[in-house]
Amino acid sequence: MLASGILGISLDVFKRIHQSGAGAVVTKSLSKEPWEGYPNPTIFSVKGGGWINAVGLSNPGATNFAKMISQNKDVPIIVSLVGSVGEDFEFMVSQFENCKVVAYELNLSCPHVAKVGLEVGDDPELVKKIVKTVKKSTDVPVIAKVGLGTTHYLNTVGACIDSGIDAITAINTLRAMAIDVETQRPILSNKIGGLSGTPIKPVALRCVFEISSKYDIPIIGCGGISTWEDAVEFFLAGASAIQIGSAIGDNWLEIFNEINVGIEKYMERKGITKIEEMIGRAKKS
Amino acid sequence: MQRNHNHPTICTIEKVIDETPTVRTLIFSDDVMSNVLPGQFAMVWIPGINELPMSVMISQDKGKAAFTVRRHGPASTGLYNIGPGQQIGVRGPYGNSFDIKSGKLLLVGGGTGLVPLMRLITHLKPTDNVTVVMGAKTKDEVFFEDLANHLLQKNNHKVIVTTDDGSYGTKGFVTDIVEKLCKEVKFDGIYTCGPEKMMYKTVQIANSNNLFVQASLERMMKCGVGICGSCCVGENLVCKDGTIFDGNCLSSNPEFGHFYRNKAGILENY
Repeated sequence: MLASGILGISLDVFKRIHQSGAGAVVTKSLSKEPWEGYPNPTIFSVKGGGWINAVGLSNPGATNFAKMISQNKDVPIIVSLVGSVGEDFEFMVSQFENCKVVAYELNLSCPHVAKVGLEVGDDPELVKKIVKTVKKSTDVPVIAKVGLGTTHYLNTVGACIDSGIDAITAINTLRAMAIDVETQRPILSNKIGGLSGTPIKPVALRCVFEISSKYDIPIIGCGGISTWEDAVEFFLAGASAIQIGSAIGDNWLEIFNEINVGIEKYMERKGITKIEEMIGRAKKS
Repeated sequence: MQRNHNHPTICTIEKVIDETPTVRTLIFSDDVMSNVLPGQFAMVWIPGINELPMSVMISQDKGKAAFTVRRHGPASTGLYNIGPGQQIGVRGPYGNSFDIKSGKLLLVGGGTGLVPLMRLITHLKPTDNVTVVMGAKTKDEVFFEDLANHLLQKNNHKVIVTTDDGSYGTKGFVTDIVEKLCKEVKFDGIYTCGPEKMMYKTVQIANSNNLFVQASLERMMKCGVGICGSCCVGENLVCKDGTIFDGNCLSSNPEFGHFYRNKAGILENY
């Protein structure tokens, strides 16, 4: 599926991504009110691979967005939400009552915006309140996206599970920065951003492996997946599904089909008939 | 180290030309940018201020390129105020380029939208018959008329200028001229860049006359590489699918000519 934060503001683009081979699309994280985000530069390409971004969660706000996707018929849309308190989330979920939404993904891990994202994820009590509130507000599955903050992410996952979460997405970007040596200043306007793409894949893979070893909860692997081998690694580590984000910057929308075909060929070669058969296999060895 | 086109290359501005009271051209040396295709753009970092998508302007000197900017908001004014000796970061080139036809060609530009058209002219054949229509609000804001004439000196050509207030050239809008010309001449290709309403009308006129037309679109951009989604127009991303789109694609796009997205991604009317 398409990872949150990437390309996600227009229903027409969602349709195109779905047709390109993404099983589902996760929207940009939506807030209660529209946010403009940070000024440019907001995205930086790391030499050797990966991106650092501090877009600042720019989004049209839950109400406008719900109106935009109200006509959706065919695309499995997972709505990503970001907020500071349970009431924010409750309000936002109510906006999507008349929309076809397959799940909500709570962004508890954006590393570059104050008072939301990772700052929420680092507070297990707040996490519990938010998850319980959202679970009470909706019947569709609720996923929590976790990242590496000051609280051990496994404790955050535990708090989510205690509160009735249906699945975990792991992981978000990692706090990072870049400085230009000629002008001797940070490149991103926010100075600090989140590192994504191939450099974080081994970290994300380790997190998925650790979560699946400790808890019995469906996991969506996310972080630097750019090839079918990466995808299979995440399945073997314990992920039930995977998200693609940064790789689109290098391979454009063809990436979805390339990965799908690669996984199919691998399964055929290994005599695997269902993805379920390979989930968590690496834990047995 | 090999150049990564997604990584800002720091360039020093060598010369600044005042085109009008609000428009400047900033010239710098860079082989990659000097050779981009007509319609391609760069993301231009103004250190400490912002980063902007800019169509890459030609320079008459080998190995040099330029950006022509109108001061408008804080970001474009920041770039406008960069003087000789100051540095900017440039990444790219990004985007596709004009599909270059030959024969009778019509170029329709307004304001800094003339930039990709000037680069397009440098890719035309001497045998092409070229008409350039350029619009400005008033006489003071007319620029690149001499440049277009100079670049086309070996061609059978015509440069027509319109001003909204009639203080120079023909009074009225460029699209009035385009409408008239398309009735008289069966153009082999029409290329347009500038204000979206102007491009919309030009595309409409071309389509209704069954003429090949391409427009170079502008939208808010953050990444330039197809990640952030800020620049979407209907199902298209200006940075990855454009900036050049042909008439058929545009006529079926529900947003072209009507809506753009603001910084939060909300659709607003033109």
